[in-house]
Amino acid sequence: MAFTGLFLCLFLVGHLAGNFQLFLDGYEAKLQFNQYAVFMTTNPIVKILSYAVYISILFHAIDGVLLTIQNRRARPQRYAMTKPSANTMWSSRNMGLLGTMILAFLIFHMQDFWYDYKFGEMPHMTTEDGSAVLLKSGEEVLDATVNVNYQVVSKTGEVLGPVMKDLHEEVMVAFQEWWIVLLYVVGIIAIFFHLWHGVQSAFTSLGLKTPKVEAAIKMAGYGFAILIPLAFAIIPIYVYLIF
Amino acid sequence: MKVDTGKIERGEKEKLAKLKQESPKSKLPKDPIKESLKSHKVGLKLDAKIPDGPIENKWTKHKNEIKLVNPANKRLIDIIVVGTGLAGGSAAASLAEMGYNVKAFCFQDSPRRAHSIAAQGGINAAKNYQNDGDSVYRLFYDTVKGGDYRSREANVYRLAEVSTSIIDQCVAQGVPFAREYGGLLDNRSFGGVQVSRTFYAKGQTGQQLLLGAYSAMSRQISKGKITMYNRHEMMDVVIVDGKARGIIAKNLVTGEIERHGAHAVVICSGGYGNVFFLSTNAMGSNSSAAWKIHKKGAFFGNPSFTQIHPTCIPVSGDHQSKLTLMSESLRNDGRIWVPKKKEDARAIATGKLKPVDLAEEDRDYYLERRYPSFGNLVPRDVASRAAKERCDAGFGVNQTGEAVFLDFAAAIERYGTTEAKVKGIENPSKEEVIALGKKVVEAKYGNLFEMYEKITDDNPYETPMKIYPAVHYTMGGIWVDYNLMTTIPGCYACGEANFSDHGANRLGASALMQGLADGYFVLPYTIGDYLADDIRTGEINTDAEEFVEAEKKVKGDLEKLLNIKGNKTVDYFHKKLGKIMWNQCGMSRNREGLIDAMTKIKQLREEFWKNVKIPGELYDMNVELEKASRVADFLELGELMCQDALDRNESAGGHFREEYQTPEGEAMRDDINYTFVSAYEYTGDPGKALLHKEKLKFEAIEVKTRSYK
Amino acid sequence: MNLTLKIWRQKSPEVKGKMETYPVYDVSPDMSFLEMLDVLNEDLVERGEVPIAFDHDCREGICGACSLHINGEPHGPMQRTTTCQLHMRSFKDGDTIFVEPWRAKAFPVIKDLVVDRSAFDRIIQAGGYVSVNTSGNTLDANAIPIPKEDADKAFDAATCIGCGACVASCKNASAMLFVSAKVSQLTLLPQGEVEAGERVQNMVSQMDKEGFGNCSVTGACQVECPKGISLENIARMNREFLKTNLSPGK
Repeated sequence: MAFTGLFLCLFLVGHLAGNFQLFLDGYEAKLQFNQYAVFMTTNPIVKILSYAVYISILFHAIDGVLLTIQNRRARPQRYAMTKPSANTMWSSRNMGLLGTMILAFLIFHMQDFWYDYKFGEMPHMTTEDGSAVLLKSGEEVLDATVNVNYQVVSKTGEVLGPVMKDLHEEVMVAFQEWWIVLLYVVGIIAIFFHLWHGVQSAFTSLGLKTPKVEAAIKMAGYGFAILIPLAFAIIPIYVYLIF
Repeated sequence: MKVDTGKIERGEKEKLAKLKQESPKSKLPKDPIKESLKSHKVGLKLDAKIPDGPIENKWTKHKNEIKLVNPANKRLIDIIVVGTGLAGGSAAASLAEMGYNVKAFCFQDSPRRAHSIAAQGGINAAKNYQNDGDSVYRLFYDTVKGGDYRSREANVYRLAEVSTSIIDQCVAQGVPFAREYGGLLDNRSFGGVQVSRTFYAKGQTGQQLLLGAYSAMSRQISKGKITMYNRHEMMDVVIVDGKARGIIAKNLVTGEIERHGAHAVVICSGGYGNVFFLSTNAMGSNSSAAWKIHKKGAFFGNPSFTQIHPTCIPVSGDHQSKLTLMSESLRNDGRIWVPKKKEDARAIATGKLKPVDLAEEDRDYYLERRYPSFGNLVPRDVASRAAKERCDAGFGVNQTGEAVFLDFAAAIERYGTTEAKVKGIENPSKEEVIALGKKVVEAKYGNLFEMYEKITDDNPYETPMKIYPAVHYTMGGIWVDYNLMTTIPGCYACGEANFSDHGANRLGASALMQGLADGYFVLPYTIGDYLADDIRTGEINTDAEEFVEAEKKVKGDLEKLLNIKGNKTVDYFHKKLGKIMWNQCGMSRNREGLIDAMTKIKQLREEFWKNVKIPGELYDMNVELEKASRVADFLELGELMCQDALDRNESAGGHFREEYQTPEGEAMRDDINYTFVSAYEYTGDPGKALLHKEKLKFEAIEVKTRSYK
Repeated sequence: MNLTLKIWRQKSPEVKGKMETYPVYDVSPDMSFLEMLDVLNEDLVERGEVPIAFDHDCREGICGACSLHINGEPHGPMQRTTTCQLHMRSFKDGDTIFVEPWRAKAFPVIKDLVVDRSAFDRIIQAGGYVSVNTSGNTLDANAIPIPKEDADKAFDAATCIGCGACVASCKNASAMLFVSAKVSQLTLLPQGEVEAGERVQNMVSQMDKEGFGNCSVTGACQVECPKGISLENIARMNREFLKTNLSPGK
């Protein structure tokens, strides 16, 4: 759990760095973002990393479920009276619940953007004046037709290649819906609680929390748990309010 | 060996009746005293087997001369160890390491819970790491003197001799003793001696030592060399052909009665302080294993020698189930006092006057007054009696009139002043000094102060502690020879369960030393001498008639208890017994009181067997039944204690007879008539035990009057 | 004061248990919790009922025998206090108090409030010792100086009384604090460090076999431990465990 958890924390940082591009405005920003999306889906190293992330998520989730089952079996008869607030934080006790929430959020999030981006229908990029369609490779094609079903660009019956999808537009449109924004904020709050407990406890699990560095790890853990989700959450709210 | 004929006359009637019953064909003996002597082979039985030679060489010589059992043969030999405290745990581990098959029994749910765990202060050893002139001889001398010259020289010397090995052994096991900044072991001075020879682990030395022994045991359990029987209580010893060959044990979870055979039985069941109901012993501490072997022929040594610890938290009410000790180390810094005037004492007791408000000149620091050279650090027996004397005279400072103050105000100020100097604070205010001093005191005794506050709800940093003496340890116990064997061949007793090393009074930090010395370094050698003859015996047959009979008797007794169905609880009897013992056979005793106590105990015992009420069943976890069978034994032992106290017409150590004191109230020993160990043989009536005397010879030490003035 | 007790009664491991209600009257605030139960038991015996079984022995907070999950917390509401040292002044007149046994698969109930904690013994037997035989000829105790800091830390870990409150408080019924305290004590001392790797592997594997849950570092154990054993020990044990996993030769 600790290994995969910390790896996923790194992923979050990378993801967030990409997301910051959404704060930029104008065609250039849009183009940059969509080019970034192309890069993220085609670069072989990113691909390997992305598989590592999928495997981590999968492993983290399965491990979590298995451990929860084991832990429940370790106490077949429950207490009639418990007072958990006396000795633990809510987040520490509810990692399973939070994890499930995050997983559900992830599925929605992936379906919303990643799935549509890869397999679904999506607006496509044109040049700024709209005269030419952009290919995934960045090539501009005049008088082209875009096959919506296959997301390819063809000209005079000849398929030239996949179109550059306008993920930027998709995101902007999605975050105009209040309920989607709300969903994202709730999902990110779950991540916040999950990280609040998870980051520093991962250091304990890995045996890295020695008394010398304990205070630093604590600070860093809490800092990470606050800053990263906060930054993530600002984006949909910003988009909703500004655009 | 001499026999006190007076005792035999008293027990004569029963003796005769018994003899008649046992051998109906034989004629009534003409000279009953002579006959009873013959039947008991007194001289033979009380051979202490002390090796000859100078005291320094006895143990080495003995070890070189006793028989050994070869490793292959050790595998053929089973040993039962009852009790898993420091003595039992260390004995079981060591015997198993040597190759014997050990079966260890404890009534607790784990061997780690034995009451040795509660010892706070420390363990003595003649390491002389502090270079303050300590030596084996000095430790030996202090122990014999502290015991008021009523212990066996050779045993005590051996104890001092092996004490150094104990520390080495425990450190090797990973016992985390307190250390100095240089990384070496720290020592402190403890109760009534003038050197620092006490090794400690904060206020939890007993715990750390016991966990060391427990870990050594655990290692042997994992190897299969020790079979551990948790939640089992020894109900009787089984004797086959005159030798101890096993025990009858009760599984406390199922209530089943089990037979266990072995080639030797080692009793390490601790002391019998709970005969007083209220003591610092654990709730489960009991005398039953010792008493059962006594009834089967093991002599009981010096039963009246009980130690009253001066610094315990006073009794707060009728509901009280046990007393809590405050470590003796507190006396290093606390000053003990009561008000000089009775009316002040009364005002304090009723809450009208705060002790801190009583002027210095109205306080009586009675230990400092009476014993200027040792002051608050006089040995336990002396400090306890002095507290009782003041309280009996009406100066007690709580509602029950049984409490004195242990005051840290002076220590806080003293430490605070030093600390201010160290920190370079010039002209510190009184508040500053006190705050600094409190910190020092907290570092030293924090955990004890916290415990005191938890129990009493009083803050000892602000107001003096209230303390009163309580039963803590029993020096008396099963009589053993130099090999630690009882008068039953093949039956041994170690640790507090035996009588051997502390005489009439034990010095602080010596109980842990004795338990571990017996278990690690004495018994494992001496037991071989006996077992060498057992290598061809083969497994003990637990279907033998003796086992069947013993089991039947145990079951019968338990059923009898359950079937009384009276209307008084077990605790009712135990509390009543405790009151009699505390008032009449406690810190001070007198002839009339003891005679009266014996009558009362006898009556109480009769009532118990007629009127005790025990719910539940035999074959079940039945806590009341457990308690009842232990109290049944206390009700017999109590009477023997009184008999012994009555017989000993002197005051020695923990045994103080009011008739034998100096005009100033100090104890008066009678070395001419009482330099002996009283060893009692059971005759069927606990108050009419047959007294045998083991004369004590002091060759390495000159017997002196103990003075702490 | 007067109180209502709700106490778990269970005749034997096989029989189903249930919470029973017992009113108690005139409880003195100076009584310890166990003395209050003594008084109740005394009453039950007088009425011919079977008294409530509970483990207890030294009543000084050191033997680790007493347990009891009181009002939702192991050893009751006072921190760093065992049940035997808990006094009734921690409660108010009219309070209802729930008293339950430790709940864990590895600690099956024997009777009423008594549970079987021998799993702890078996974990120690798996490696909670230094492999040294009794001998009068071991190294002199001062032959190996040990930094005071290490000795003090080892001592702090060694103060564990094996009561099982860590397991009882943990939502996963994990025994990590108990196991790590022993592992820490022996790893911190040069005498025990020699076999540290094997020890941690064996003890952890025994812990898993006993059916304890997993550590999710909630920290409940540290809060409820009557001896204040620190989570630092769990981190140390994890470190030792991973270290030996990464260098299996050791």
